[in-house]
Amino acid sequence: MILYLLKRLAVLLASTAVAGVAVFAFMALLPGDPAEIALGVNATPDAVAALRERFGTDRPPPAQFADWFGGLLHGDFGTSYVTSSPIGPQIGDRLGVTAVLVLGGMVIALLIAVPAGTFAAVHHRNPLGVAISAASQVGIAIPAFLAGILLVFVFAVKAQALPSGGYVPIAEDPQAWLLGLLLPWLSLGLVQGAVLTRYVRSAVLDVMREDYLRTARAKGRGRMGALWRHGLRNASIPVVTVLGLQLATLLIGAVVVERVFVIPGLGDLLLNGVAGRDLLLVQGVVMVLVVAVLLINFVVDVTYAVLDPRLR
Amino acid sequence: MRGRVNAGLIAGAVLVGIVVLAALVSFVWTPHDPTLVDAANKLREPGGGYLLGADKFGRDTFSQLMVGARTTLYVGIVAVGIAALIGTPLGMIAGMTPRGWLSELIMRVNDLVFAFPALLLAVMLGAVYGAGTLTAMIAIGVATVPAFARVARAATMQVMVTDYILAARAAGRRRAAIAVRHVLPNIGSMLIVQASVSFAIAILAEAALSFLGFGTRPPIPSWGRMLQESQELLFSTPRLALWPGLAIALAVLGFNLLGDGLRDYLDPKLRRIRAER
Repeated sequence: MILYLLKRLAVLLASTAVAGVAVFAFMALLPGDPAEIALGVNATPDAVAALRERFGTDRPPPAQFADWFGGLLHGDFGTSYVTSSPIGPQIGDRLGVTAVLVLGGMVIALLIAVPAGTFAAVHHRNPLGVAISAASQVGIAIPAFLAGILLVFVFAVKAQALPSGGYVPIAEDPQAWLLGLLLPWLSLGLVQGAVLTRYVRSAVLDVMREDYLRTARAKGRGRMGALWRHGLRNASIPVVTVLGLQLATLLIGAVVVERVFVIPGLGDLLLNGVAGRDLLLVQGVVMVLVVAVLLINFVVDVTYAVLDPRLR
Repeated sequence: MRGRVNAGLIAGAVLVGIVVLAALVSFVWTPHDPTLVDAANKLREPGGGYLLGADKFGRDTFSQLMVGARTTLYVGIVAVGIAALIGTPLGMIAGMTPRGWLSELIMRVNDLVFAFPALLLAVMLGAVYGAGTLTAMIAIGVATVPAFARVARAATMQVMVTDYILAARAAGRRRAAIAVRHVLPNIGSMLIVQASVSFAIAILAEAALSFLGFGTRPPIPSWGRMLQESQELLFSTPRLALWPGLAIALAVLGFNLLGDGLRDYLDPKLRRIRAER
């Protein structure tokens, strides 16, 4: 187990380093010199050279990379060429907002998928079970941002019960914070819940066909009792994998949903960075998102090994 | 042995058929010019030649939907094409030499690309080259490569242990010949299923990118941008969001149902290899 953990950790670190090189190299392709762009067309060559030195863009790319990546390792994302403010704290603030958005969406997805998927599997022959399967198929076809627009229409435009957008920090007004996040959470959670329902259903169906479950039934346990006691841990293995993939999808879905509901999260920061041609900021946010996805995959792999010792 | 034609397959084929038909017809005919700005028809209600009404610029919604279908299919075909052309050979190589260093390298790089979702790639490409249909297609295509490679690898590994491969190797056929003559035809059905599922994901990705302004540029109609433009009018004219939203959902549903139906129909034996989402 420890050897396995070390191996996965090594892969994680190597992937992060390679991803860093890839992101840096990609952004280095960008035409134009940050110093020239910052000073405009009328700048004197001396001023441009001075600014270049201050930005550090006068040095060879490998040195720039070492500087940037070394900074990342202790949370220093550099200083924006455009706004001259440090990038790290901005990313930190936004990361919290996005994390709350994603986790809330995940909780709703699980609250929907586990009961609905289990029910659909246990009752896979009767109409209600089939109806759940059909509903999840439709849910998969609706992107989160479309779900967001529909929810705004129903709850903000028609019922006027919830705000259509905006974000209030929890420290300012906890109730407004909660009300403001309800629709974004639902937009992410409903769609991911639909996807997850299908996986829970097929995982539970697979487990229900196993001999050990039949044995448990034969010993006198009820259908749900046997499933609860012997089935769910086994059924959870494929579901955990999908959950990890979903968390990554949710993170990216959150970028779009933040736009729908005007929430100041990482996605909003990223898109503003692109609009303002703030390279270093874009580079930093992309790196944070990619590392988040890599970390999620790492945790999934390890959880997988804990749940199923055969895989170690 | 083929499976039976199921209801999902038919429903999927019909939905995809409608999208394809709308796109094809839009080349020769649309009720109105979808890009024509006409102040007289601003926010026109449905009826009188404007089946679904017009948007804030007086552009006919139905015509925009038809041409939008074209955009959707265009992006989907190119993106899935890129993914299949790159991912399939890589997956086959990895599957034919599962213990080699090359296989290991391919799968590691694959995992790494997997950490770059289409949206991030598109935003990065957009930041460097300017966003547009081309950058969106390339981003979605590259991000879909790992899914194809994984399915191709899994299917190839199943084929490689069959007797006919053993016979071909015993007969002294070279690896490349075995790959083209024996492996590819036998993993083809899985790849078709994957293509259908990937197409659905590509439609979702294109819609999201256009919604964010990183996809197809105006004035070319696209469903995602129609949604984005409709959002500010959600309080007064919700139908402008309804139609493109419905179009996206039905197209995605169609390709998903088609993929699932094809999996059951084409090759029940290989049903256990899941298409990658």
